[in-house]
Amino acid sequence: MEQIFTLGFFITLLAATIRLSVPILLAALGGMFSERSGVINIGLEGMMLIGALFGVIGSYVTGSPWIGILFAIGGGILLALIHAYMTVSLGVDHVVTGIAVNILSVGLTSFIFRAMFGITTTPVKVNAFKPLAIPGLKDLPLIGPILFQQNILVYLAFLLVPLASLILYRTSWGLAIRTVGEHPKAADTVGINVVKIRYLCVLLSGIFAGVAGAFLSLGQFNMFVDNMVSGRGFIAVAAVIFGKWKPSGILAASLIFGLADALQIRLQAVGTGIPYQVFLMLPYIVTVIAMSGLVGKTTAPAALGKSYEKN
Amino acid sequence: MQPILKMINITKTFPGVVANRNVNLEVYHGEIHALLGENGAGKSTLMNVLYGLYQADSGEIYFEGKRVNFESAKDAIRAGIGMIHQHFMLIPVHTVLDNIIMGLPGDRGIFYDRALHRERVLEIAHRYGLEIDPDAYVQDLSVGAQQRVEIVKALYRKAKLLIMDEPTAVLTPQEVKELFSTLKKLSQEGMSIILITHKLNEVLEVADRVTVLRDGQVIKTLNTKDADEKLLAQLMVGREVNFVPAKSPCQPGPVVLEIKDLVVKNQRGITALNGLSLTVRGGEILGIAGVDGNGQTELAEAIAGLIKPVAGTILLNGEPIVGKKPRVITEKGLGHIPEDRHKRGLVLDFTLSENIILQSYYCEPWCGKFGFLNLNSIKSMAQELLEKYKVKAPHSEVAARTLSGGNQQKVVVAREISRRPKLLLAVQPTRGVDVGAIEYIHEQIIKERERGAAVLLISTELSEILALSDRIAVIYKGQIMGEMTNDNPDINEIGLMMAGIRKKKEAS
Repeated sequence: MEQIFTLGFFITLLAATIRLSVPILLAALGGMFSERSGVINIGLEGMMLIGALFGVIGSYVTGSPWIGILFAIGGGILLALIHAYMTVSLGVDHVVTGIAVNILSVGLTSFIFRAMFGITTTPVKVNAFKPLAIPGLKDLPLIGPILFQQNILVYLAFLLVPLASLILYRTSWGLAIRTVGEHPKAADTVGINVVKIRYLCVLLSGIFAGVAGAFLSLGQFNMFVDNMVSGRGFIAVAAVIFGKWKPSGILAASLIFGLADALQIRLQAVGTGIPYQVFLMLPYIVTVIAMSGLVGKTTAPAALGKSYEKN
Repeated sequence: MQPILKMINITKTFPGVVANRNVNLEVYHGEIHALLGENGAGKSTLMNVLYGLYQADSGEIYFEGKRVNFESAKDAIRAGIGMIHQHFMLIPVHTVLDNIIMGLPGDRGIFYDRALHRERVLEIAHRYGLEIDPDAYVQDLSVGAQQRVEIVKALYRKAKLLIMDEPTAVLTPQEVKELFSTLKKLSQEGMSIILITHKLNEVLEVADRVTVLRDGQVIKTLNTKDADEKLLAQLMVGREVNFVPAKSPCQPGPVVLEIKDLVVKNQRGITALNGLSLTVRGGEILGIAGVDGNGQTELAEAIAGLIKPVAGTILLNGEPIVGKKPRVITEKGLGHIPEDRHKRGLVLDFTLSENIILQSYYCEPWCGKFGFLNLNSIKSMAQELLEKYKVKAPHSEVAARTLSGGNQQKVVVAREISRRPKLLLAVQPTRGVDVGAIEYIHEQIIKERERGAAVLLISTELSEILALSDRIAVIYKGQIMGEMTNDNPDINEIGLMMAGIRKKKEAS
């Protein structure tokens, strides 16, 4: 048992933590924008799933994982449009619509996958993102192998954190988004277009979730299997809340969930005699513990989940 | 002189209601123009049309001589119209500066130059004597300070015409005075101001001209020089109004309610009542004056058994009721007209008859053997009450939600009074209710006193306290600042106590 807790073990564990936190981070950052504008988005799971499939299709058809990413974004936008139309335009309950988006996505992706590739026993392999070691930095002791031998989407995802923070707190867009999520009527009275902002934020969450899904299918597993997101979208929803609707908090939350995931994979492999399903539960147990008040009182945007009607 | 604003033949209908019918309004440069009317007279609708939040069905608007058609608030703001809503349009968790600049375009691309905005905001605030701290969070500000933020927000958007919707509803008398002097200063500098209100004294005090609306129509526009309260009230309500209901001299009976050293913490764990003591006798009305949020809600809820005090005693007819369940306290003779009829007073989606039996559904004659409700007797009793208390409703089986605010409140009053309480606890009994219903509810409260009930009236409307009370106590930060009989009381002194300043004699 003790020979596994070597330096090498920790390096690979932390490198995996970084990698596994990326899909959660991406989806959660998008979800943050949606929720900051007042729209609950638990459809992240479904949006990731369609992103995962469309990414594979795009890469399969064109041979380029980058085109795959564009496809994934398209898929995310498609589901996000449904979610935005239902919640913002029609005023349907956000949670109900989110559940519908998730269920729709499970069926839709399985159907499209079979329609395109037939019923196969061997998964379809496509061109995926390769690790991109950053010259100079990759050879740093400890930090190099942990941080700088990842694929390009990992770097992009982490760069999005300060960018999201900048947009949210320093720009007119960010203030408009925060205003709409807190008090849409007040936003209306200063001439902010509530419907437009909410649509854009939900679409943004669709884009981010689509990329997050493509990261799974093109950056981690290099294939699509049914329901491959397996709860990461829900964990992203939890990360938004756990991270108190702030980019920095969401980064921390995603890393914690990533660590739990990385740890459970390794514990499964060690052969402790404990059924591996116990370790499989780890990320979800962390989620439950995190949500049950570990972070103290969190204050959601005041108008979260509330539809806004002008008259 | 050309008016800055001309609204001609504005008509606006909502499904089933004509909110404005052929309304004409002219406002001149540098004028304070009051828009007077009862709730539901169409004042707010008219202003929302002007501000671009609603679209009129027909009619024309001219602003600075040009025909305008505002499709959203953005258009109205750009043209130079600012509106300060009754419920402030501020974000509590944002800073004052963010609240002022929200909705403005970025300075460098989409980025804000907050330092520059901060400087400009302070400059404007300084010029008009509006003291604000740009870095404070709005949730930490007093209501008066929040209103200053709203005014600066409008000025910062270069407003030439300022619409103020019921601006004094939440202010102390001193804050009202300050606001009025600010408004006068603004109008002297050329600002045109529309003041929406249903308070007659305010119109006479601050406005140059007044337009009276009733049932969506303009009744008259006149100079305030040529008006008095009686005339305005008559125009507004359409009949003569008694401002001070007739009362017989007070004949206090035995003590009904006695509160000693009551300490209550609110939901956030903050001490809301801090050793409060008072007594109310049968046949008298004790009025609790004070600015909203000084423990009034907690006092009422503690008496009604809705929150448990930390310390102190409450005796109802000599019996301690602290820790007793609301139902027990109700059965011991408490009638409670709660502060918020939507939250506590009524179940809006229940019918009127269901609302009327809310506290007594389990007793005879509503409930028969085996727990079955006696629907016929409930219905006929409800119908009887609606008629007796002049509630305007088609019948007793409509949802409470469908009634106007005044009629909803009458249902609550009818229910509480019909149980012939020994103590009537009336909290903000006429909030958001029009003049006609106010007059009626006041009469009912006085009738209860005459019947011998003890009445504890908690209200933030000083005029209501003065009109009804036999004694007046002022609450500030959870304590009674002082008490006096309602016999030519010194209003200035009450105002000072409401702001937490004790009587001069005691201070020296």
